[in-house]
Amino acid sequence: MNILESFNYWVVMILMMSGLYILIAHGNLVKKIIGLTIFQTSVYIFYISMANISGATAPIIYKNIEGDNILYSNPLPHVLILTAIVVGISTMALALALVIRIKQSYGTIEEDEIHAKEQQQ
Amino acid sequence: MSSQLPILQVIIPLISAPLCLIISRPKLVWLFTLIASTISFIISIILIHQVMQSGTIIYSLGDWEAPIGIEYRIDYLNAYLLLIVTGISSIILLSAHTSITAELSHNKYVLFYVLFLLCLSGMLGIIATGDAFNVFVFLEIASLSSYSLIALGKDRRALTAALRYLLVGTLGATFILIGIGLMYMMTGTLNMHDLSERLPNLSESRTLIIAFSFFTVGVCLKLALFPLHWWLPNAYAYAPSVVSAFLAATATKVAIYILLRFIFTVFGIEFSFSILPLQKILLALGLVGILTASTIAIYQNNVKQLFAYSSISQIAYIILALGMNNSTGLVAALLHLFNHALMKGALFLALSAVMYRVGSTQLTDFSGLGKSMPWTMAAIVIGGLSLIGIPLTVGFISKWYMLIASLENNLWPVTVLILLGSILTGIYVWRIVETAYFTTNKTGLNHIKEAPFSLLLPTWLLILANLYFGINPRFTITITKLTAQSLGAMP
Repeated sequence: MNILESFNYWVVMILMMSGLYILIAHGNLVKKIIGLTIFQTSVYIFYISMANISGATAPIIYKNIEGDNILYSNPLPHVLILTAIVVGISTMALALALVIRIKQSYGTIEEDEIHAKEQQQ
Repeated sequence: MSSQLPILQVIIPLISAPLCLIISRPKLVWLFTLIASTISFIISIILIHQVMQSGTIIYSLGDWEAPIGIEYRIDYLNAYLLLIVTGISSIILLSAHTSITAELSHNKYVLFYVLFLLCLSGMLGIIATGDAFNVFVFLEIASLSSYSLIALGKDRRALTAALRYLLVGTLGATFILIGIGLMYMMTGTLNMHDLSERLPNLSESRTLIIAFSFFTVGVCLKLALFPLHWWLPNAYAYAPSVVSAFLAATATKVAIYILLRFIFTVFGIEFSFSILPLQKILLALGLVGILTASTIAIYQNNVKQLFAYSSISQIAYIILALGMNNSTGLVAALLHLFNHALMKGALFLALSAVMYRVGSTQLTDFSGLGKSMPWTMAAIVIGGLSLIGIPLTVGFISKWYMLIASLENNLWPVTVLILLGSILTGIYVWRIVETAYFTTNKTGLNHIKEAPFSLLLPTWLLILANLYFGINPRFTITITKLTAQSLGAMP
């Protein structure tokens, strides 16, 4: 298998795994959210790569181009991923809002310090 | 009009949500929400009636036929789940006004109902839709609103519980998204019906196995299957009581619906159980889940947390019943979906009554409540008996079917372990009963009165449903058998 042929998917995998690693390994809540966002972004790239057909052009119909033999890439995954991006943004916004509230009531956003304070309660 | 019912079901709560902000008077908003939810409930009754008479209902959104448009497809499984979710939400809403007045600060009342309706419409959307990507979108609507609902809790630990649920839930949803993406890549369609026709031809492909794995792991994160359950106890324990009752009774059921729909319809039984060793995995995880979660529940000092762990073990029962892979097992799983919703709804509502009068759900605060709150505690006792699976309660019916299913498969050890699980359940229920009835209150909280009628009514509605469907399970058994047949389970 040619590695360069599936270059996009390697990028997706590397991004996905680094995002997941940040999410699991870091104790800082904001860093966790950054990890989650990287993880989600890798899926966007995955969908967009999947839509591409080699040799195809953007799925826009011009009036002056005639004939049926023009190859278009699939526009549907782009549309799907637009929805997913909106979902991702709202998730991040909600997560950051929660982090602000946590900072207000615990005085910290480090997971182990929060845990210690919860244990005292 | 009646041909538009599948979409109205989802649209009514969705449109009512922003309207709540315009009404803005707490009591009116409560009535409005209750009416919206009840209308959905009535629609779901009509739908189940229509399905029983004339078979699967297919509805194309905006008259765009599938595969170009999105299609809603209501068969037995959908109709059954719609009935559970809308029914439980309407009953729980009866108690919402009294309960949240005590537990939330004044400026959050209206927002609570907005989030509640959004969460409800998300769940109904997941159930009604016949489009794989649409499932993801509705899943996120339901999840985002439930994170915010949990964060409304008064205890500051509700915030960390909500954030943890958000991180895990988003991870799960993204896994589901990857799974759907891979399926689309293989088949070029997102319509579940088309997927179910095209996927069996690809059963040799490794991509399909990866799609299945991503999808199932994602859903299992959402439904808190045993090793992936750690987000659930705190989320249920620190959320406002009404929210705990609503989420415990419905959210996990909807996740199980997604699992059922994809295992049985989209991927097909052949692929899930014959080509992949799903049966062994589900059986093992189910058994470990039942025993571990029940054991942890015994050692909890917060009753809400105790019932949260009990939810994890009851979900493991459903997964175990699915893992039996015969039609009796499937019927048992479907029965337990309904029955567990009734039990946990009733128990968490009873806890909201305790929370209303006592202000805490610590086990030590339960001492003497048997005398001061007789109706509430009686509800907890009957709900607890149902959890254990005593005859005359719904719990017995589903446990009975599970036992039969395990015997049909000649899985003797499983039969013994199911019974052992019931004993463990008995122990943690007994701890509450013992504290409430056989210890006297030392702290001088003798002024505690019985909970107000508005909290007792919904609790007892669910408790009576527990008893009614335990004594006369004809309706539930008929509908679950029809559902199992329509899913094509082996006889």
